[in-house]
Amino acid sequence: MKTEDMLKALTEAPGISGAEDDVAHLLRNYFARLTDEAAIDKFQNVIGVKKGRTSGGKLMMAAHIDQIGFIVKTIDKGGFLRLAAVGGHDPRVLPGQSVVITGREQIRGIIGTTPPHLQKPGDASKVTSLDDLYVDTGLEEEMVKKKIRIGDPILFDNVCTRLQGGLYTAAAMDNRAGVLVLLETLKILEKMKHDWDIYMVGTVQEEVGTRGAAMTAYEISPDVGVAIDVTFGDFPGIPERDTAKLGKGGAIAVGPNFHPGLTERLMKLAEEWEVPFQKEFIPRPGGTDAVSMQIAARGVPMVQVSIPLRYMHTTVETLDVKDIKRSARLLALFSAHIEQAHREVVG
Amino acid sequence: MIQILEKYSNACGVSGHEDDIRSRIEENVRDHVESLSRDFMGNLYAFKPCGIQNAPHILLVAHMDEVGLMINSVESNGMLRFVPVGGLDPRLLVSKRVILGKERIPGVIGAKPIHLQSRDEWKSPIPLSGLYIDIGASDEKEAAAKVPPGTTGTFQTRFEAQEDVVFGKAFDDRAGCALITELLMTEEDEEYPVDITAVFTVQEEVGLRGASVLAERVHPDFTIAFEGTTAGDVPRENFASPSTEMRKGPAISFMDRSAIGAPRLISHFKATAEKKTIPFQMKKTVSGGTDIGVIHTRGGIPSMVISVPVRYIHAPRGILAVDDYKNTFRLAKAALMNFKEVL
Repeated sequence: MKTEDMLKALTEAPGISGAEDDVAHLLRNYFARLTDEAAIDKFQNVIGVKKGRTSGGKLMMAAHIDQIGFIVKTIDKGGFLRLAAVGGHDPRVLPGQSVVITGREQIRGIIGTTPPHLQKPGDASKVTSLDDLYVDTGLEEEMVKKKIRIGDPILFDNVCTRLQGGLYTAAAMDNRAGVLVLLETLKILEKMKHDWDIYMVGTVQEEVGTRGAAMTAYEISPDVGVAIDVTFGDFPGIPERDTAKLGKGGAIAVGPNFHPGLTERLMKLAEEWEVPFQKEFIPRPGGTDAVSMQIAARGVPMVQVSIPLRYMHTTVETLDVKDIKRSARLLALFSAHIEQAHREVVG
Repeated sequence: MIQILEKYSNACGVSGHEDDIRSRIEENVRDHVESLSRDFMGNLYAFKPCGIQNAPHILLVAHMDEVGLMINSVESNGMLRFVPVGGLDPRLLVSKRVILGKERIPGVIGAKPIHLQSRDEWKSPIPLSGLYIDIGASDEKEAAAKVPPGTTGTFQTRFEAQEDVVFGKAFDDRAGCALITELLMTEEDEEYPVDITAVFTVQEEVGLRGASVLAERVHPDFTIAFEGTTAGDVPRENFASPSTEMRKGPAISFMDRSAIGAPRLISHFKATAEKKTIPFQMKKTVSGGTDIGVIHTRGGIPSMVISVPVRYIHAPRGILAVDDYKNTFRLAKAALMNFKEVL
């Protein structure tokens, strides 16, 4: 299983929050080849368990499998669809996007726009709000009503494309990149010994409130948790201190959401084994699965590694595959050393 | 029938850089015309005489170029800055994929993540000055080696069919180019009673530049322009005119900002449509201009425009009804075959 092929398959599999079936099945099939047990729970969370030598503890690594999108809110006269947002969208990203409605069958559509020829003076300086946007499938109303139902998921039409260097662009890199880290970590763990059982979890509904992580962390009750997500990549117009550089390794999070001792161990491991990494300072819990995992059940000491990603929550999310591979190497090392680290700094 | 449109839609040809689309048209029409030539601007001329003495000479015209963008500088971090070529709404460029230059280098136009924005930022569109193309280059040298300033680009869009419609870019005016190509591809047993010169023009989107030089070279008796034009049958509040509507047949323009359609020609097309029971519509807006604007005044050449309605022209992807395309072809073909009626 080549890393780049999995990235393409994962990013192109549909799975908006609450409708993760397709990507969940894809991930379960990958897990089935790399873990001892692989299952999908009733909310479509995907759990792969790789047994350790002693099974003396549980390490849970979570990456969310859901992506932002929309659902069909109404079917208007003429067959035009109105949208309800699932997850956070910048309305300025939406005009002119190609979308796919994945209900009974896959139907293409365009988020409609007005050509310059038909615009009124002043239109060009306005932002069209989500309420005024619509999807045009080109089909007649009758046909639309036959093929599409209110509540059907809508996602961005998405092809994963290679750019210069090792950069790739796709929608849903947030957070299929993190999911790929789980898989790459498992690939390394095939040749690396670890004492604890490793629970690899693809979580659902992160984009609407980290719900899958809350459910699975409660169910698994791990001794240590790792959240894997994406973070803001370097981009003109954003201060450098607020971003991580593409190609310089995963970003280890520092802040109240994360266990200071374990976080330090993770950084030490990276230095010892010469795995490049960056740091990210998060003053307030929020935004990733770590927020709900930390306080799930009796509480879980957390660390977090994030893949630098440019243009988050657009259709052209861009990353460097090197960062995924390096993060996986770091987390495999963490898995191999977790028994000792836990004993020494968590107790 | 839709294969030619597909091939043309997927071709590149931003105004001033029409080589790719022109070579595809040449491939398709070469075997069906007596001669093919180009002028220094890049217009492509295809001559198809009928062999009848003193037959009227009809100019069929469609423009090859499409709106797009041009790289005008490279930043030290490897990001490319650009300017639009032709009428492009900068609001449509946010979060899009583009392909640049002959090698079709892929790039993305990104935007700041929503998480790092203040709520106020949403209220105004991102200006052109806030947009960059990212090809993944790590610095200026790497970027400029792949995409030197002056390179043009267009949207990375695949042509797709769905039920009775197709999706694709640049239907304005690859629909016109494809229709003229199909009109030139006559069967062995059919012959137009007119001499035809088909001209595929350059630089229409930047001011009808290519068409400006061709009347003096062709000296036609009549001109018929083929366009992909705005279909406005979409939800818009207080929208007085839908311009044209999808699935209502070819649109005939009585007037736009650049020309008034020749009544003789328009009557002939309407009568032909009625005789052959081909649906058609009159275009209900008079905005925009076409190549006939600069052709009809050169010595007074009666001219008209017939168009395929397209939703979302000048955007990454438009929608066109296959029946409208086919009916435009049928109507134009019948009108040319019976051209004697005009005289």
